Amino acid sequence: MSEEVNFVSIVEENGERNTRRAFLAAAGAAGLCYTAALAYPIYRYLASPEEMALSATAVTEVLLKDAQKIPAGSVLMYKFGTRPALLIHHQDGRWISMTAVCTHLGCTVQYEAQADRIHCACHGGVYDPYTGANVSGPPPKPLTLYKVAVGDTGVQISLT
Amino acid sequence: MTQKSVASSVYEWVDERLGLSELVAFARHKTVPVHSQTFWYYWGGISLFLFLVQCFTGVLLLVYYRPGAEAYESVRQITFVMHFGWLIRSAHSWSANLMIFSIMVHMFSVFFMKAYRKPREFGWLSGMALLGLASVFGFSGYLLPMDELSYFATKVGLQIPVAIPFVGAAIANMLRGGPEVSEFTVQRFFALHVVVLPALFLPLLGFHLWLVQRHGNAAPPSVEALPPEQRKSMPFMPNFLRKDLAMWLISLNILALLASVFPWTLGKPFDSLAPAPAGIHPEWYFMSPFEMLKLLGFVFSGKYAEFGEIAGILLFSLGIMLWVLIPFYDTRKPTGQRARATHYFGLLAIFALLATTILGYWTIR
Repeated sequence: MSEEVNFVSIVEENGERNTRRAFLAAAGAAGLCYTAALAYPIYRYLASPEEMALSATAVTEVLLKDAQKIPAGSVLMYKFGTRPALLIHHQDGRWISMTAVCTHLGCTVQYEAQADRIHCACHGGVYDPYTGANVSGPPPKPLTLYKVAVGDTGVQISLT
Repeated sequence: MTQKSVASSVYEWVDERLGLSELVAFARHKTVPVHSQTFWYYWGGISLFLFLVQCFTGVLLLVYYRPGAEAYESVRQITFVMHFGWLIRSAHSWSANLMIFSIMVHMFSVFFMKAYRKPREFGWLSGMALLGLASVFGFSGYLLPMDELSYFATKVGLQIPVAIPFVGAAIANMLRGGPEVSEFTVQRFFALHVVVLPALFLPLLGFHLWLVQRHGNAAPPSVEALPPEQRKSMPFMPNFLRKDLAMWLISLNILALLASVFPWTLGKPFDSLAPAPAGIHPEWYFMSPFEMLKLLGFVFSGKYAEFGEIAGILLFSLGIMLWVLIPFYDTRKPTGQRARATHYFGLLAIFALLATTILGYWTIR
C-alpha cells in the first residue's frame, strides 16, 4: 500500500518537473524571439550608412567634368565611390590616376610636384607617381591605378 | 573548485564590499497590499517602462538626428532612408504618448487611493514635478522634426506665455530664440530635450522610486481601516515583480503593434510664409488646457479679451496649485475615512479634463 503511494507521488513529481522544464523552454524560446525581433531592426537601422556606402563603392567609373583643364605638374583630388583618389597631370603630359588611400594604415596620401613623388605624411611612406609602386617606408603594397581617358569635356576614370 | 563555489565566493567578495545581502533581505521582506484596487499599482511601473523605451529609442534617433537648419531633412532621412528608422521614430512618439497617458492613470489612482497622505507627501510632489517635466519633454520633442504641424503647434504654444504681464514677451522670445520660431528654436529645444530635461528628470525619478521603496505601496483608506489580520498582501519578490514584468511585456506588445500598424507621419517641411493648415490642434494632452483658455477667451471677449487671457492663466495656475498641494490640506483622518470634498475635486478634475478634451476635438471638425 505504502509502496503504491510512493509510486504515485514520484510520478506526480516527475510530471511537475516536466511541465516546469517545458515552461522554461517555452519562455526561453519566446525570449529569444523577442530579442531577435528587437535586435534585427536596430542592427539594420544602425548599419544603414554602411549599406549605403557599400552601394557607393560599387561604382566602376567616374566622370570628372572639366578636369582636362588642370595644368601639367598639378594634381586633382576627387572621390572614387567613397574613397579619395588622385588625378595627376604630369609635366611630360601623361595622365595618371590612382587611389589616395595609403596601403599601410589608410591615411590619404599626397602628390608632391617638386619631389615628383607621392608621400604619406602619417608614417613617411613613398610611392612612385607613375606606377603607384611602394618605393620606401612602411607601405606593404602599391597604390591601385585607375584607367584614365581624357576627353574634350572632362576626364573619365574607370577601374582597370 | 566547483562552479557553485566559484559563484558563491564571487558573490561573497562583492557582497562584502557592496552589502548586497542587505538589499536581498530588504527585497525579501517587501510586500504589496492585495485588495480590489491592486491593479492600479502597476501603472507606475508601466510609466517607468515606457520612460526606458523613450531613453532607448531616443538614443537611437540621436544617431542620425541633426538639429538646427537640417532638422527636417535629417528626420526625413530617418523616416524614409534608414532601415527601420520609421519604426524607431514611431516607437519613440507612440511611447511618449502612452507614457503621458499611463502617468495620468498613475496620478489619478494615487489621488483616489489617497496615497499622497503622510508620510508620502514627497512622493506626490516629486510625481507632479515628473509629470510637469514629461509635458515639457513632449512639447520640446514635438518641434524637433520641424514639419508644418510641429512648427505651428510651437508657434501657438509659445504665444501663451506672452499673456503674462510685463515679462511675458521676454520669456517667449527667450524660449524661441528670437521673435519667430526658427532653426534657433529647434536648436535650443533640442538641448532642452536631450540634455537639460534628462538631467533634471533622472535624479527626480530616482528620488521618486526611492520613496516608493522607503514607504511601500499605500493602501486605500477603506483597506487601512481594516484590522491587520484582515489585510492581505503578496511578497514583492517574486510575486509582484513577476506580474509587473508581465505588464511590461503587455505594454511592449501594445507599443509594437501601435508603432508598426500606425506609423508616425511626417508632414511637409515648415514654411514660415505658409498659412496654418486646416484642423491644426495641439497634442491630446495639451488639448484640455488649450480648450479651457479658448473658452475663457469666449467669456471675456472684446475689450475684456486681454483680461480674459490673464484670468485664464491665473485660474489655471490656481487649479494646478490646489492639485499639487493636496497632501497638505487633505490630511489623514483618525477614523481612516476618506474626505468627500477632495474626492469630488478629483472627479471634477477628470470631468473637466475629459469634457474640454472632447469639446476641443469636436470643434476642430
